[in-house]
Amino acid sequence: MEMIQSLTPVYAVLVSLIAIIPIYLSRNNPNLREFWTILAAIVKFIIVLSLIPPLINGHTVGINLFEILPGISFGFRVDSLGLIFALMASFLWILTSFYSIGYMRSLKEHNQTRYFVCFAGSLSATIGAAFAANLFTMYIFYEALTLFTYPLIAHEETDEAFRGARIYLIYLLGTSIAFLLPAIIGTYLAAGSLEFVNGGLLAATASKGLSSTFLVVLFALFILGIAKAAIMPLHSWLPNAMVAPTPVSALLHAVAVVKMGVFVVLRVVLYVFGIDLMSALGIGTFLAYFASFTILLASIIALRQDNIKARLAYSTISQLSYIVVGVSLLSLSGVKGSILHIVVHAFSKITLFFWAGAMAVGAHKKYVSQLSGIAKKMPVSMAIFTVGALSLIGLPPFSGFLSKWYLLKGSLEAGLVPIAFVFMISSFLNACYFLPIIYIAYFGKISPEDEKDSHIKEAPKMMLVPMCITATMVILIFFFPGIVTSLIDLALNGIF
Amino acid sequence: MIEFIADKYNFWIAIVLMMIGFYAIIAKHNLVKKVIGLNIFQTSVFLFYISISKVNGGTAPIIWHPEGHAEVVYDNPLPHVLILTAIVVSVSVTAVALGIIVKLYKNYGSIEEDEIKLIEHNEPELDSK
Amino acid sequence: MIDFFTTHAPVLTIVVFIFGALLAPVFGRINNSLSYYCALITTALSFVLSVYLLFSVYNNAPLEYFLGGWKPPYGIEYRVDILNSFILSVVSFVSFLSVIYGYGSIKSEIYEKRHPAFYSVYLLFIGGMMGILITNDIFNMYVFLEITSLAGYALIAMGRTRYSYMASFNYLILGSVGATFFLIGIGYLYMQTGTLNLTDLAQRLQGHFDTNVVLVAIAFIVVGLMLKMAVFPLHFWLPDAYTYSPSVISAAMAGTSTKVAAYLLIRLMYTIFGIQAGFSGINFSGIIIVIASITILAGSIIAISQTDLKKMLAFSSIGQIGYILIGTAMVNKYAFAGGLLHILNHAMMKTALFMVAGGFFYKFTSTKINDLKGMGRQMPFASAMFLILSLSMVGIPLTVGFISKWYIILGAAQSGYWIVVPVILLSSLLTAIYFGRVVHNLFFKDSEASNTGILHAKIPYSMVSSTAVLVFLCIFFGVFAYMPVEISLKAAENIIGAMPWK
Repeated sequence: MEMIQSLTPVYAVLVSLIAIIPIYLSRNNPNLREFWTILAAIVKFIIVLSLIPPLINGHTVGINLFEILPGISFGFRVDSLGLIFALMASFLWILTSFYSIGYMRSLKEHNQTRYFVCFAGSLSATIGAAFAANLFTMYIFYEALTLFTYPLIAHEETDEAFRGARIYLIYLLGTSIAFLLPAIIGTYLAAGSLEFVNGGLLAATASKGLSSTFLVVLFALFILGIAKAAIMPLHSWLPNAMVAPTPVSALLHAVAVVKMGVFVVLRVVLYVFGIDLMSALGIGTFLAYFASFTILLASIIALRQDNIKARLAYSTISQLSYIVVGVSLLSLSGVKGSILHIVVHAFSKITLFFWAGAMAVGAHKKYVSQLSGIAKKMPVSMAIFTVGALSLIGLPPFSGFLSKWYLLKGSLEAGLVPIAFVFMISSFLNACYFLPIIYIAYFGKISPEDEKDSHIKEAPKMMLVPMCITATMVILIFFFPGIVTSLIDLALNGIF
Repeated sequence: MIEFIADKYNFWIAIVLMMIGFYAIIAKHNLVKKVIGLNIFQTSVFLFYISISKVNGGTAPIIWHPEGHAEVVYDNPLPHVLILTAIVVSVSVTAVALGIIVKLYKNYGSIEEDEIKLIEHNEPELDSK
Repeated sequence: MIDFFTTHAPVLTIVVFIFGALLAPVFGRINNSLSYYCALITTALSFVLSVYLLFSVYNNAPLEYFLGGWKPPYGIEYRVDILNSFILSVVSFVSFLSVIYGYGSIKSEIYEKRHPAFYSVYLLFIGGMMGILITNDIFNMYVFLEITSLAGYALIAMGRTRYSYMASFNYLILGSVGATFFLIGIGYLYMQTGTLNLTDLAQRLQGHFDTNVVLVAIAFIVVGLMLKMAVFPLHFWLPDAYTYSPSVISAAMAGTSTKVAAYLLIRLMYTIFGIQAGFSGINFSGIIIVIASITILAGSIIAISQTDLKKMLAFSSIGQIGYILIGTAMVNKYAFAGGLLHILNHAMMKTALFMVAGGFFYKFTSTKINDLKGMGRQMPFASAMFLILSLSMVGIPLTVGFISKWYIILGAAQSGYWIVVPVILLSSLLTAIYFGRVVHNLFFKDSEASNTGILHAKIPYSMVSSTAVLVFLCIFFGVFAYMPVEISLKAAENIIGAMPWK
């Protein structure tokens, strides 16, 4: 594969970072400030889109900006895996921006400038990690994202918000310094480089006689270090981070933070260790079982949550492990399903979170038990919720069906029948915690106070339209999977 | 054992003086006594230096040519010179220390360390005089 | 004229300070601001000379300069190699920036009539350190050590609060004890060898490392220097000294004085005690690594519980000295380079942090962490700089803090001291905690009514610009780390490769 030297990925990262300046400067004029956010989001999406043609032609695009230490450089390299992630993130940023504007203005939140500044910063970090050419660059953006999202989570500035944000910071910063950094150092010591290599950086140097114990320990450090993937027992930051405003939760859960976690896991498995080395060491199977434990446990916990956002959070923890299990199956369909699930889950879950925000703004409801009969007053929102929920359960004609199909196929390809059962049981559990919401919303009896309350109405258009778009995407991907799978096939070309 | 002590009496003196000084530095609360302790401590080192410069059968290191003596053995003059410098340093340290004590007395009305800390604890953050 | 400067550059780096120190009070009689310019020019000149020396020894062999033309071992020899010229540049740079910073802050913190004396003593303080760095004669090192310490006592005592005197007095007692220990050690070494020149000492000590005399000498020297370095548990003087001294002095001291003591230990360990040659049956490296590890953790842990920003930074400094020690004691090229880089990096970070703290003090006359609530709004620029520096202290990539930690960990892994890796990572976490607390107060708390007592409305440009330069360098050298890394790697190669008695 030929590498085209180009600064385009740098621009893609910089757009939102530079946008911080006009956003901050126009802090006294909200309309102008929001204009900058939207402009940056659209420009960013266009830049990312412009990277598709060279990739389709079989090139990679990238540049090495500077070498910080011998063998460690700061550089970008766009391959199709990174591009999928970047496309998804930048597209959803546009929608989330509109949605945020509607949400923040409806609730008259304070400190909106800081909010939009940090939002733009987090997107830069996300795109940076997607396009990172090596572990070092990725680590920088991984940390940057943690720091940029901290003010977003602490946005409410209540004690509870600070507590949640503090836990968030301790978990993510702590694990990344205590485990991820040593893992990167270990990789550097073993391989003398940190670049992502098709087929595995360590696999290329494993012939030098690295002991398998060392490699297993290294892998364990990586998995422990990537707490953003929320594999149990390092998951509890995620429910605690629920104190953030809903658009932030949407960003955290669907677009940036957790998706970066699983994306890094994917990078480590596919490009640092490599499929062959993983299966030779037998750690793929181990990880698959380890993460399937999370799938089941998180689903069971989700059943018991009454708080809407907490239920969605545990659902996210469970769904993230789908992705981790998928890649650790080390089979073609498994990895394909795993990457597809990143996209599918992003669209489905952001739909659900947008819905949760709409509930908070339109009806001031935060608990599942309050939703009785709400569909009468908010029919559009509930329809959208139904789409997202059914997709996550894995029913056709919603895109969740596709990724689950591939994941199931992959587990059978890998010969791990118990994993296939885990997927099925978990689908059942998903149904158990989503369907009751739909049931009570449509068929439950609306309480007399709610009946009279004229404040309960659909959320503003600024929020409703993005919700509709994501819900439409959930269905579209089912009927036209080619827009995603063609890129996935391209990514997997060099690996399988 | 006795011989061991007697042979190295110069070291023993230095050690004893040093410990006396060290004791005063650590145990005394009075700042002037601390300074005195520091002085004793440093003096022990000076004595140690001077004692190691002694050469068996040597005389004071002043050049002379007595009749009938072909070879004159001198003590080593270098430690004397070094210690002259060290004494100067020690005097300056004492001067600075006493200066600071004067200032402390003006500000706190006491030269007892624990009293000063107590006063500072009770009414901190006053501009110095 | 240029010729004169180049041939006598080693001695000139010190002579400028002595002349400066003499001239500052004389000029001060005419006009106070003249003495300021005297200090400014002196430090600038010494910085230029140091950088010249660094370049010349980097490209050529080490420079030897015989004072008064007397050949060693009879005369005093000044010897410049990459190691000490590197630290010379760091020290002179920090002191130069501190003088610029002082233009604003000294006026508000030190009584007008003391200014000329202040500058004079300040120049002696820096000049003494330059002397320690450049001389190759162990007794000369002691004399310079005392010069710089004496000046340091006086500088701390010039602080605005009355407790500054007590802080200074404590430092004086402990500092003198440390220096006297060093003096005893020198006496024992002289007893064994009859020489004071380092090169000569190294040769004559060969084969005598197992004698009690030399062991006692080493013990005294190491303990004495560790006192000067404020290694845990000999650190008691440092927190008060940094907290109660004027802002300029906190900044300059944090960047220079303990590092110079560290240099002294490194120099003696490698050049005469031959730590790299497996010293006499005692695991010298191991002992120092254990002490340094304890220092790192203890400093960081105590820092967490502090309520005063300057005191917190002081305890953090104690921990950071551990990094320098741990890196240089491992006898590994990369670790040594990491330790050396940390001298530069920590000098920049901590000086800048104390400068920011001084900025807060300048505006609100308080450095209590609780009084800093809501500063992010009132002093956005200073708070932003503080944030960047905190990240650098934690060791986030693209800042200098990362570079030195990276090299130390690399060296530790290479030489098999695995214990060092968790120590450094744990301390990074602790650092994140105690800086996180302050950053949280700066940006996420609303200011309270109690801290509205604004002393000065605006921070002068001199203070802002000098801090900004350091913050910029913290990022610049974190991204383009090549130059310092190359220099320190070469210094490490030279000093580890050279057997002391050859």
